[in-house]
Amino acid sequence: MDALKLELKENIIEQLNLEDMTADDIANDDILFGDGLGLDSIDALELIVMLDKNYGIKLADPKEGRAIFESIDTMAAYIAENRSK
Amino acid sequence: MKKVYINSVCAITPQKTFDNTQFLEELIEYDANVINVVNPVYKDFIPPAAARRMAKGIKMGVVASKLALKESGLENVDAIITGTGMGCVRDSEKFVSAIIDNDEQFLTPTAFIQSTHNTVGGQIALELGCKGYNFTYVHSGISFESALLDAKMQLELDEAKAILVGGVDELGDHTVAIHKLVNHIKSENINSNALLESKTQGCVFGEGAGFFVLKNEKQESSYAEVVALNTYNTLDEESVNEEAIRFLEENNIEASSIDAIILGNNGDVNFDGYYNKLTSKTFKDIQQIYYKHISGEFNTASSFGLWLGARIIKSQILPEAVKLNITETSKFKTILLYNQYRGKNHSFTILKQC
Repeated sequence: MDALKLELKENIIEQLNLEDMTADDIANDDILFGDGLGLDSIDALELIVMLDKNYGIKLADPKEGRAIFESIDTMAAYIAENRSK
Repeated sequence: MKKVYINSVCAITPQKTFDNTQFLEELIEYDANVINVVNPVYKDFIPPAAARRMAKGIKMGVVASKLALKESGLENVDAIITGTGMGCVRDSEKFVSAIIDNDEQFLTPTAFIQSTHNTVGGQIALELGCKGYNFTYVHSGISFESALLDAKMQLELDEAKAILVGGVDELGDHTVAIHKLVNHIKSENINSNALLESKTQGCVFGEGAGFFVLKNEKQESSYAEVVALNTYNTLDEESVNEEAIRFLEENNIEASSIDAIILGNNGDVNFDGYYNKLTSKTFKDIQQIYYKHISGEFNTASSFGLWLGARIIKSQILPEAVKLNITETSKFKTILLYNQYRGKNHSFTILKQC
């Protein structure tokens, strides 16, 4: 699970072009959206595509994203349970 | 009609030109066929949250516009008019490559929404909170001139008091690769100081952003008056000299009263003949100035030409590096600019001391 969390952090930094950030700067329980890491709705679309492309997970209901994308912990738990690749 | 003045300037180019306290005193000499801009510290001007979605061209445009606005002493403008020949090619390349690489699957929005040509103008407006007229001209080698002409006409008719006008073009890897394939970029590396002696086809590609605040009121710090501007989609090489004379006469200026001519020579043996027609005839004994050996060629490189002309007129200094011939000229009151790219999209501009 730790490897998956590190991979997620690195992917998020790269996909969302979070300049000057490293995986160490993101804590596993940091809130990703709003006041936390400051991600927004366009980032949410990027993350949905990343789940599909990297882990074969299609989010049918975008409302699910709110809970899944809350933190690295919640994302990693959802991916571990639902991944098809 | 009101007169139009350049009240502030900023150019980001392959030289350290964004700092107006210097004037081409320390030049970077390149030995290349593609040259990139000297980047300002973008983080000093753009919040990180906004900057992370901006490709280089957008950052260049936003920072150049902010610096120009700062120099003008204004907080905002009535209009933002941008010229770009290639638009945001990096993001275009990114999302088109993603379509191909991922077999039209897994497409993400960011690169696409930032890839449109008017992204730079839009981002500048967002940064400034400017809800006024916002227009982007895309017209190859006269993209910047088209923007300048729009601004000039609006200011002359007093439809606006202050307009931010600029040109911006960035380099992208794929764009460079395909321009090399069709020999629009020289196949060999060229030293900056030997560009015009190269006698080969193609040019040295560059990138940059040039932004200006134009007003219809002169102020103490004004650089120059933009007297006239004309663009031509096609112009025969044999008639370029006559057209220059006609253009000057139309504006009641005799060719002999021009103090300098700023030319867009890019070292392409197939197309520099246009410039040679001017430098070997009417403007033979007039101070000739060139700049693409230090900026590279890009569709809006002429914005750097305007920056150069405006700074020469204001400072009355002609940097050694841009002299194409040796004359005794020491006063620069009226300057003619001429530019074309690959024999198409020509422009003449007259700047005058104010």
